Amino acid sequence: MSLQTAPAGVQGGGVAIALNEAGKDFETAEGLVRALTPTNFSVREGEFTVLLGPSGCGKTTMLRMIAGLEAPTSGTIEVEGRNLWTADKRDNVALAEMGMVFQEANLFPWLSIEDNIALPLKLRGVGKSERRQRARELCKLVGITGFEKRYPKELSGGMRQRASIARALSYDPKILLMDEPFGALDAITRDAMNIELQRIWMETNKTIVLVTHSISEAVFLADRIALLSPRPGRIQEIVEVPFARPRAVSVNEDPQFQHIANHLRDRLEH
Amino acid sequence: MSLDTPIVSTVAPQQPAKKRKKEIPTWIGSVALLVLFLGGWEFYVREFNVSKLILPAPSLVIEAWYASLWLPSTWYHTWITALETMLGFFFAMVFGVALGAMLGKSPRLEKMLNPFIVATQVVPKVALVPLFVVWFGFGITSKVVIAAVLAFFPIMLNTALGVKSVERGYREVLASLNASRLQKITQLEFPSALPYILTGMEMGVVLSIIGAVVGEYLGGSEGLGNLAVKEMNSYNTTALFAVIMHLSALGFVFYAIVVGLRRFLIPWHESAQIKK
Repeated sequence: MSLQTAPAGVQGGGVAIALNEAGKDFETAEGLVRALTPTNFSVREGEFTVLLGPSGCGKTTMLRMIAGLEAPTSGTIEVEGRNLWTADKRDNVALAEMGMVFQEANLFPWLSIEDNIALPLKLRGVGKSERRQRARELCKLVGITGFEKRYPKELSGGMRQRASIARALSYDPKILLMDEPFGALDAITRDAMNIELQRIWMETNKTIVLVTHSISEAVFLADRIALLSPRPGRIQEIVEVPFARPRAVSVNEDPQFQHIANHLRDRLEH
Repeated sequence: MSLDTPIVSTVAPQQPAKKRKKEIPTWIGSVALLVLFLGGWEFYVREFNVSKLILPAPSLVIEAWYASLWLPSTWYHTWITALETMLGFFFAMVFGVALGAMLGKSPRLEKMLNPFIVATQVVPKVALVPLFVVWFGFGITSKVVIAAVLAFFPIMLNTALGVKSVERGYREVLASLNASRLQKITQLEFPSALPYILTGMEMGVVLSIIGAVVGEYLGGSEGLGNLAVKEMNSYNTTALFAVIMHLSALGFVFYAIVVGLRRFLIPWHESAQIKK
């Protein structure tokens, strides 16, 4: 199997994440709001999954439940074979298998880029020289070598987001979760970041779950797209995206790309 | 033809590269204002023969101040006032930061204590000075207490505000990394609140000096505040002005130290950037 025909992500086919009737209701002043109806969904090891949908469709809620930031109100979530939520308590071993990237880079302004990237290692008690070493490797991986000693405010939005990806990868989790990571960037930077993310994913063999509301971003990046719709939030359809890796930006001229994108657009409008 | 003209005229005319006009530094302006003020004062006193008892000429004040610098007693009183200020400020820091952090972390505690905080805020605390003298005597203890009480409130309130203002996104990062309670404090809440704490300290250190001096006015026999009262009672207005000048210099030193801490402790923060 060559890289041309085999997507780097598809491997043994083990299950990385499994939602079993996992759902979330919020209590508000107007009563119970169903953010995500009880959902069954699984993500394979090494797969690039995109959760696509308009605002209020529950895609971010779904990701935050997987990330251990919000407890589901029904059902269970398994991560690498472990039950993530027992009542409202998180399983910390399962949590350590995941790295989270937010829409904002959320780098701490008082830490240099290398200290930001290695912060998770510091929390785990890793020594300073090892942290520096690892930060340097990660800067290389995400393409910000030379900026290790700089402070976040000295970097552009795209570079900051690269650093936040490096931070999420610092403790080598198997799974990378991304909540509209490029939503705050301009269109040109966004295209470049999509290419970079694909490269990082192929180099590291991570399982990635990414939330977006951009159809073209979803089709470009995903092995599989879960299309969600609102009121109540639910998975409407799952779409396989068959293009070979690595994909170039020009893949969007492919008639099949247009076909998938049009289909998703139709479904989003109804 | 006439249509072409405006287009041509928009092309930048060939000008010799203009040298960036060198601006006069603002500190020269500040010094000029000071000289003008002192000059006006001197002129007024000399021209209108104002009594030394009412307003001594600045030249006399500076002379008296300079002479006082050679007297050991000046430095003894300076040391007493500085000690009271530092001790008071120290206790204000310890209690202010601790209580402020607790209030910032617990909205319930803050709600519960809020009426009392507002009440103690609106009480003119200087009015309590005689009471502190009654309770703690004429020694430095009463002055330390006054200095601490005055500096405590801005430090506490700013610390609470700082802890409350920690960005949600940063908290989520630590939540997703499963950070412990202690790690959240040391890695996020403390560094994030530090600019606020420093603002509280800047306000607090000035109030500490005021507290110490007011305490000295009212009781005891030591310190620059007491020295000022003695000079006033002996109608030596020139010496009184010299003491005020000396106190201002002491206040400036303390304030400069705290402001300097900002550049040293939080170089990453906007407030510590050197404006160009």
